[in-house]
Amino acid sequence: MEGLLSLAVKAVFVENLALSFFLGMCTFIAVSKKISTALGLGISVMLVQAITVPTNNLLLTYLLKPGALAWAGFPDVDLTFLGLISYIGVIAAMVQILEMILDKYFPPLYNALGIFLPLITVNCAILGGSLFMVERDYNFAEATTYGLSSGFGWALAITAMAGVREKLKYSDVPDGLQGLGITFITAGLMALAFMSFSGVKL
Amino acid sequence: MSQTRREMLVDPLVDNNPITLQVLGICSALAVTSSLQVAFVMTLAVTFVTAFASMFISLLRNQIPGSIRIIVQMVIIASLVILVDQILKAYAFQISKTLSVFVGLIITNCIVMGRAEAFAMKNPPVASFIDGIGNGLGYGLILMLVGFFRELFGSGSLFGVTILETVNNGGWYVPNGMLLLPPSAFFIIGLLIWGFRTWKPAQVEDREYKIQTVEAH
Repeated sequence: MEGLLSLAVKAVFVENLALSFFLGMCTFIAVSKKISTALGLGISVMLVQAITVPTNNLLLTYLLKPGALAWAGFPDVDLTFLGLISYIGVIAAMVQILEMILDKYFPPLYNALGIFLPLITVNCAILGGSLFMVERDYNFAEATTYGLSSGFGWALAITAMAGVREKLKYSDVPDGLQGLGITFITAGLMALAFMSFSGVKL
Repeated sequence: MSQTRREMLVDPLVDNNPITLQVLGICSALAVTSSLQVAFVMTLAVTFVTAFASMFISLLRNQIPGSIRIIVQMVIIASLVILVDQILKAYAFQISKTLSVFVGLIITNCIVMGRAEAFAMKNPPVASFIDGIGNGLGYGLILMLVGFFRELFGSGSLFGVTILETVNNGGWYVPNGMLLLPPSAFFIIGLLIWGFRTWKPAQVEDREYKIQTVEAH
């Protein structure tokens, strides 16, 4: 339990997907102009991340790992090279299913998140989460914790960024830096701030 | 077609750069630039995938039904990326270790998807192929520039060859450790954008709010 807690804190702050691995940067920069939209996107990412990382973990353990197919009578088969294509397949499918479920049972939430959901398939934070899960050899419990907390970390980062940018638009920024340039520099300063968490020992 | 092939190839380098103007493919641009060698391999990989993905998608563009086109594009891109990943693992294992998840992340690199969606779905294969190469190179240009600054001033070398002898090895140069840390990439890209836009003022974005000039009393 303690191990899972420290994993969660690490995934939210120290190894923040957006600010220390730069995952999901395109959406991070593009959709962080207003707090409300940023929050909506952040919640969708968290939701999708919390579902796909554990699912991909099951997929890896029972289908792809060397020897994972022993239950089906193929103990020598190693399908890890199919990893990438299956993870992205799972992500695309999950996003689609989530979209349909939300549409049917939670229409208000669907209307709020609707436009962001398809975007999430190509958000590298989601695929990145699954790939880190594979690289670090998480078990199912760890994968679930990691999925949820890394998604939360991403949501936190994009909401904070949107907050800064809402204030920033009233500032007198040099012409060449206007828009994208100053956003990058702001993100850099935020990343520096988040790096101070790396001293936290758990 | 209004654009000539040469324009298609050269245009994405500065005038329509995927990173500084179209805001595509930033994730990997930041993460893999701490040394030039890695940045170079990443450039090759992305250019390869973008070019061939655009070509194949363009070949199939009249057969792909609109409703499932994203999945079809994904499958094509993912297969190409698996190919790159396997080749890197076989012939450049060290580099593939350093790149870790970022090779896999080429799948979700928005440059590949963005060009497939915006160009390859509407244009013939050869043009799409050239457009893919152009955008891959435009991405690579920024990657190499950032990598150049980070490696030269962060560890005093280029492509692993020592240029500035560092203090640790008995030289004179005190390396700037911050350039090896991730946030520095943000600053360098931000400043690069500033540079590009000062050079080409047409790219400057409009202000949302004008600062009013107040006359002195």
